[in-house]
Amino acid sequence: MSDQAALFEYLLRLGDNALILGHRLSEWCGHSPALEEDLALSNVALDLIGQTQLWLNLAGDVEGRGRDADKLAYLRDARDFRNVLLVEQPNGDFAATMARQFYFDAWHYLLLRELTGSKDSRIAEIAAKGLKEVTYHLERSREWVLRLGDGTEESHERMQTALDDLWMYTGELFETDEVDQAMIRSGMGPDLSTLHEPWLGLMHATAEEATLTLPQPGWAQRGGKRGMHSEHLGYILADLQFLQRAYPNATW
Amino acid sequence: MADKKEWPLWEVFIRSQHGLAHRHVGSLHAPDAEMAILNARDVYTRRNEGVSIWVVRASDISASSPSEKGPMFDPANSKVYRHPTFYEIPEELGHM
Repeated sequence: MSDQAALFEYLLRLGDNALILGHRLSEWCGHSPALEEDLALSNVALDLIGQTQLWLNLAGDVEGRGRDADKLAYLRDARDFRNVLLVEQPNGDFAATMARQFYFDAWHYLLLRELTGSKDSRIAEIAAKGLKEVTYHLERSREWVLRLGDGTEESHERMQTALDDLWMYTGELFETDEVDQAMIRSGMGPDLSTLHEPWLGLMHATAEEATLTLPQPGWAQRGGKRGMHSEHLGYILADLQFLQRAYPNATW
Repeated sequence: MADKKEWPLWEVFIRSQHGLAHRHVGSLHAPDAEMAILNARDVYTRRNEGVSIWVVRASDISASSPSEKGPMFDPANSKVYRHPTFYEIPEELGHM
């Protein structure tokens, strides 16, 4: 794999994670448990869609085939998406959404912090902008895990179930393949496995404070980074891409 | 939530970029003070309105009673001499 191809893949992963999670969160719009939460989740969704535009536009530039963020978002099939499996998991109840968010935010924060030191200044700039947003996302999802975990009997039970159910999708976040290796070699991206320890540290500290039990390391479900997705992604894309598929080149 | 209790109401005060004081901007619901500040950030500062947020439980605010408006405020109406508008300012002072 050429360096350029690896960089393109890597940028798709960054962009697709933000796009799919942003879309998932946008599904809460109008359905959140409280008006305040509706606005907050929509804000996070919009931050992520904003980051998507930056990553996917850069991916299109690197690829050099005239595809911009819109073309990449609207005109690829599920097999060509590179997001991790975690972000495509259904919203479930509010605890499930918050568990997914907390797992992702903590990783996203650690990753972007490393990427601000990327040798590629375009990557470093996007990461620096995103890091401010994600710092807030992490604060918010962590606060919710604490409150639901250390809340009522029911909220505790739901939060624990959510942590358990989504745990198997966290292993993929730290897996390093040939694309990641190429990024490490060129000084453009970090070794993802080095993020695991600080991530686990935050997980343990938060779980303890929230009176929750962090699941044991176990079998990890993986494949999203290479385009092997769960059935959920197809439904997301049907929703996300409908307009462009039904009315090609329609504009606002 | 088992008991369906509503989150308490919080009053939100924001200090803007160039403002010297926090101004009341509205209210919102939140389970506690920390979440109230986060919610205030998301509800009231989406368009760069603030650099500092205060929240206070609405139930902790003591307010003057509207029915006592007359005795409270009317007596000040007839005391124009309390306004510093009767002094002649020497010209060499210019604008004050």
